[in-house]
Amino acid sequence: MNSIQKLFQKKDQNLLSIYFTCGFPELNDTTKVISELEKHGVDFIEVGLPYSDPLADGPTIQESSQKALENGINLDLIFDQLMTIKATNKTPLVLMGYLNQMLKYGEDKFCQKVVDCGIDTLIIPDLPMVEFENHYQQLFDKYGLTNVFLITPNTEEERIRKIDSYTKAFIYVVASSSITGAKGEISNQQIDYFDRIKAMNLKSKLIIGFGISDKQTFHTACKYANGAIIGSAFIKNVAKNGVDKIDAFITPIIS
Amino acid sequence: MKSKFQPDENGYFGQYGGAFIPELLYPNVKELEDNYIQIIESEEFQTEYKSLLKDYVGRPTPLYLAKRLSEKYGAHIYLKREDLNHTGAHKVNNTVGQILIAQKLGKTKIIAETGAGQHGVATATVCALMGLECTVFMGEKDIVRQAPNVARMKMLGAKVVPATSGSKTLKDATNEAIRYWIQHPDTFYLIGSVVGPHPHPDMVARLQAVISEEMKWQLKEKTGKENPDTIIACVGGGSNAAGAFYHYMDDEEVELIAVEAAGLGVNSGESAATSQLGEVGIIHGSKTILMQDEYGQIEEPYSISAGLDYPGVGPLHAFLYESGRAKFMNATDKEALAAAYELTKIEGIIPALETAHALAVLPKMDLKKDQVVVINLSGRGDKDLDIYSKYLEE
Repeated sequence: MNSIQKLFQKKDQNLLSIYFTCGFPELNDTTKVISELEKHGVDFIEVGLPYSDPLADGPTIQESSQKALENGINLDLIFDQLMTIKATNKTPLVLMGYLNQMLKYGEDKFCQKVVDCGIDTLIIPDLPMVEFENHYQQLFDKYGLTNVFLITPNTEEERIRKIDSYTKAFIYVVASSSITGAKGEISNQQIDYFDRIKAMNLKSKLIIGFGISDKQTFHTACKYANGAIIGSAFIKNVAKNGVDKIDAFITPIIS
Repeated sequence: MKSKFQPDENGYFGQYGGAFIPELLYPNVKELEDNYIQIIESEEFQTEYKSLLKDYVGRPTPLYLAKRLSEKYGAHIYLKREDLNHTGAHKVNNTVGQILIAQKLGKTKIIAETGAGQHGVATATVCALMGLECTVFMGEKDIVRQAPNVARMKMLGAKVVPATSGSKTLKDATNEAIRYWIQHPDTFYLIGSVVGPHPHPDMVARLQAVISEEMKWQLKEKTGKENPDTIIACVGGGSNAAGAFYHYMDDEEVELIAVEAAGLGVNSGESAATSQLGEVGIIHGSKTILMQDEYGQIEEPYSISAGLDYPGVGPLHAFLYESGRAKFMNATDKEALAAAYELTKIEGIIPALETAHALAVLPKMDLKKDQVVVINLSGRGDKDLDIYSKYLEE
């Protein structure tokens, strides 16, 4: 059983996940952000690996990634930072990065490092299903890692069923056909889509992401899924208020 | 027999290619993949495409024996005059084809990226022709250095959106175009080179293949043989080279030379010579050779030429390089500028800065007296006059 499955055993409703960018706003903020998020009741954390060309992310995450890279962050430093909190951190971490980062680092070396840091779940938005089937499924299995697939309002039912069969952590339900960024509201169209997915009775847990930004959107999303991920809105908050006031952002959402 | 230079069912040329796209783009890319070959090979498409290429673009473009250039370098040098196409470069071969494909797929909104602005102009042109809405993404730095093309795009009714991230050049314009495409799945991404996720590289290569198709019969008329000894073309993403090489790739006796932009020098830290500086990586949805650091972060290339200022290269070219089928050479900013002046002075043709890189390798080659060389003169230099004038002053 992986860390996310264990989490779902204890709690499978209103799960809050936060995405943050490693090395942002300051190089050594990675561990501080994780411990603050844990302390204030976040259920699992998406650890963003800053990338120079993050095609699936919106401007907020791109800017934070660029800043983090300027701060001097790199994969080796991130793994070092994650190792320092491995013993104390009890909140499941999900690593989110782009395929080229793993490719260049060395696929096996990358997977081993991830395992060493106590992480077993990956989100690689530019890893397509066919490549997963042809190669990465085997690689991840070898290291006991699991990959999270995304589905969108345009993903066909047959493909969703296939993704459901591959899923060992959760399905990342993209709230709209847009890149990440705080939109501030959930439209009727999005609700139709959530209803459609819910009605499919998938075996996998569903987590909604993209466009979730505050208490209202979080709770609406949780009506249709097991939980939701907030990314850009959190990044904007730490960019503005630093890492000492994370509770002021998190507490109102889960209260 | 299928050529080994055609992509396999997953869009791979050897180990390069594929479609590394977020799930959000899957339906769009799949729709194109399922339909592009059938559309391109249909009689209806071929009739419309060929008629537009002839009457609107002005094809066939001449194959011109450059006598004085030939005398100077001691070989038979032919110039494939893509600069004489409507809009001034080879780019329009592709945009005419893709706009017809977009129409067959029922798409009404077109987006494109552009580096030097030639693809942007060629896209804005076909959108005006077909009455379709056009948005072009262009790096902020390129908007400044290729101002005449920005003005042309605007006059043609296109919206030009500056890409302000990263190096503010072609790579970033492509990122912004892909992002917009993700947010607006109803748009058709009219990509400008043999890059991007499968099937884009193959589709663009097929649409540019008209260049080498014409070269074959033109050479036959002029020399008695369809095959030249050598074909030279510049490579940024690689669309003009793909077109000029296409019908010769399986003919090993034809030497193929791809010329990359070396900027201030291959090892100066200011270069765009991807094959020399890059390693296997993923950019814009394709596995290829890529300029990147030890952590896979994409590096910012440099070239005086906005059209060659790209940290990757199309997957077909990565395969041509790795397999040794094509020889990769490079030319610096200075060598390209000198070559542009040389061609202008002895042949009365002002080439685009991109094209000048292809011309710039002539002095580095060991040419034989009877050697038949075709240089793909991919574009004209009107857009580069500012840069050319500055060089003259120095």
